[in-house]
Amino acid sequence: MDLTLNDEEKEFRNELRAWLEANAPNDWAEWREKPLEESFPYLRAWQRKLDLGRWAAVSWPKEYGGRSATLMQQAIFWEEMARVEAPSMANALGLGLIGPTIIAYGTEAQKKRFIPKILSAEEIWCQGFSEPNAGSDLASLQTQARLEGDDYIVNGQKVWTSFAWVADWCELVVRTDPNVPKHKGLTVLLVDMKSPGIEVRPLRQITGESEFNELFFRDVRVPVENVLGQVNDGWNVAVSTLMFERGSYGARLHLVFKRNIDRLIEISRTRQTNHQPAAKDPLMRQKLAQCYAEIEVMRLNQLRAFSRITATGVPGPEGSIQKIFWSELNQRLQQIAQELLGPYGQLSHGDSRAIDNGIWSYGYLRTRGNTIEAGTSEVQRNIIGHFVLGLPRSY
Amino acid sequence: MEFGLSESQQLLKDNARKFFAGECPMQEVRRLMETETAYDRHLWAKMTEQGYTGIIFPEEFGGVGLGKVELILLMEEAGWALLPGPLFSTVALAGAVIDAVAGSEQKKRYLSAICSGQARSTLAMLEANASWRPADAQMATSNGRLSGEKLFVTDARVADFMVVVGPDGVFVVDAKAPGITVEPMKTMDLTRKMYAVGFHNTPGERLANAGGLIRGLDVAATALAAELVGGMQRTLDITVAYAKMRKQFGKPIGSFQAVQHHCADMYLETESARSAAYYAAWAIENDAPDAAVAVSIAKMYASDAGRRVGNRGIQVHGGMGFTWENDLHLYYRRAKAAETALGDAAFHRERIAQLVIDGCPASSQSAPQASADVTAAS
Repeated sequence: MDLTLNDEEKEFRNELRAWLEANAPNDWAEWREKPLEESFPYLRAWQRKLDLGRWAAVSWPKEYGGRSATLMQQAIFWEEMARVEAPSMANALGLGLIGPTIIAYGTEAQKKRFIPKILSAEEIWCQGFSEPNAGSDLASLQTQARLEGDDYIVNGQKVWTSFAWVADWCELVVRTDPNVPKHKGLTVLLVDMKSPGIEVRPLRQITGESEFNELFFRDVRVPVENVLGQVNDGWNVAVSTLMFERGSYGARLHLVFKRNIDRLIEISRTRQTNHQPAAKDPLMRQKLAQCYAEIEVMRLNQLRAFSRITATGVPGPEGSIQKIFWSELNQRLQQIAQELLGPYGQLSHGDSRAIDNGIWSYGYLRTRGNTIEAGTSEVQRNIIGHFVLGLPRSY
Repeated sequence: MEFGLSESQQLLKDNARKFFAGECPMQEVRRLMETETAYDRHLWAKMTEQGYTGIIFPEEFGGVGLGKVELILLMEEAGWALLPGPLFSTVALAGAVIDAVAGSEQKKRYLSAICSGQARSTLAMLEANASWRPADAQMATSNGRLSGEKLFVTDARVADFMVVVGPDGVFVVDAKAPGITVEPMKTMDLTRKMYAVGFHNTPGERLANAGGLIRGLDVAATALAAELVGGMQRTLDITVAYAKMRKQFGKPIGSFQAVQHHCADMYLETESARSAAYYAAWAIENDAPDAAVAVSIAKMYASDAGRRVGNRGIQVHGGMGFTWENDLHLYYRRAKAAETALGDAAFHRERIAQLVIDGCPASSQSAPQASADVTAAS
């Protein structure tokens, strides 16, 4: 056990720091609160710049434009990005989930065709997985694709699709064989979002925004060369995308949470609870300390998982722990914010009396989704029960 | 950066698992807990041979000279085995405090006796006010004579000397010194006996550097957190095995989600407590700037998680979990004792608050901006 950076990790950090010093934008603060539709070109340009420095996808293999970064180096990457408060990257799903899946399952032609434009943010990707009747039970999805000549004809509906409004391509899971058990008849298609027959509708959510979309497919033609992996092996391809989703996200979140608890501690010095400054109120002190501690435990769990994955070579089902931990902790953090702010906690963006421009009322509502998106807490606990503890399958 | 165990650390842990399983299996735990002191001198001699009594103490005193990470791996396994007797009291309480507060001649005298297996010891700290703040000790200590009562002193009956915390210093007292009374307290944990120890004008030797007391207590608290982790792991292991075997409605109860989710939460809390304890040990060993916070996080988390894991384990066992025959309650009892010892969760949350809210750590000096990024990448 040695929790100091080794030479390679230090070198990686120093090179990144030097690059960020020269290249990180200083006007992000002016953009960050604007709607994503307005700031998207800005985020594309920032990703393009990162790609030119070969920093867009450090975890990817070198031959595909990454740096073959270790998990620890990836953690360092996100920490440094947070340290300079760098903007996010436009093609988040392409870089984090879909690119790695194409690298793992794609043909040489597919890799050559898609990978460079994912990196440069020239082509934005979305992920067509969930359906109205296939959420936790993803494998029961019904969007259908039948072969006609050299094309698949796709019909069906997807939901909760982030970035669909701006996406050029979609990693779409479809049913290609309805006559076999549900996991065995699925195929992943790479679909051009400009194809005729695709309709994108905004899905208004609890916060009032539309982060997500509904996607409708009516006789959409997808050429057979756009099958990712093997026909009817789509379940394995999709699961590998979900593993990337659960494995990588926690590293970034720790820094977001840390910033939020630091801010709450700051606020506690000026706000009153139980007739005294919240920072002196024994009850609030207990709650803030508990939250601070749990954020640290989340970071430590992540670091330990990185060491284990590095030793075994694969992200395992224990990634479900991180998902449960961060999502439930984020809800607890927002709950403490509400208790600290009292009636001010409900003030929203645009109200002149809102604290921090209403992010706490937004966060309170938005974090309701955390224990649902990317696999519900219940599904994560099923995964731990069955795949980690070896209990019999419950469903 | 490497958060996994090194080969030698893993070996130490594996050997400890085998050693305790061989020398102190559950029937032996049950036999010892029915004795007056839960101490067995043959077992003690074997642990000494293994180097366990001297694990963290310098080689010049006959110790093995390993670090705090190795100490907590040993304590984790002792917790898994529910080891009865004074290993924790001697090494992680008295030994760690002596190591932190004694002068070199004093260390030589007392630590050598611990390393060689010749002496057992313990820490006498709590008084009637039950406060773990050293400043709240009230016993009289004038002219090197101690008077007053210490409570919840573990393994005092088998201690050859005791480390006693007074309001103005830390003392070593010979267990045979005049004026000492040792009276058993009837506590929940049957495997680690506790006593009320009276001192009446009893001579004590003042240790040279009482300022090191908090550091010594931090080592002890981390070791106790690790012991709790071991107990949680065993509770989880027993519970998962039972959920696979026990059938109701024609199926193993482990196939029901209500039961599985209890088990998943036990796993999550056990692993999280382990991460926190391992990090705290590393942070103390390496004098990391956040070592004190890390220790309090580890003890706070383990105190709460130990109780909750026990609750769930008993619940999953149904009626069996409520019986004397089942081993779970023995772990549950130990977890309750460990929960309050060296400061419960609320005590350590307050300490974290003092360090991070009142202490203005670097992170809050730079006028942090809250972040609205609460989304997942789905």
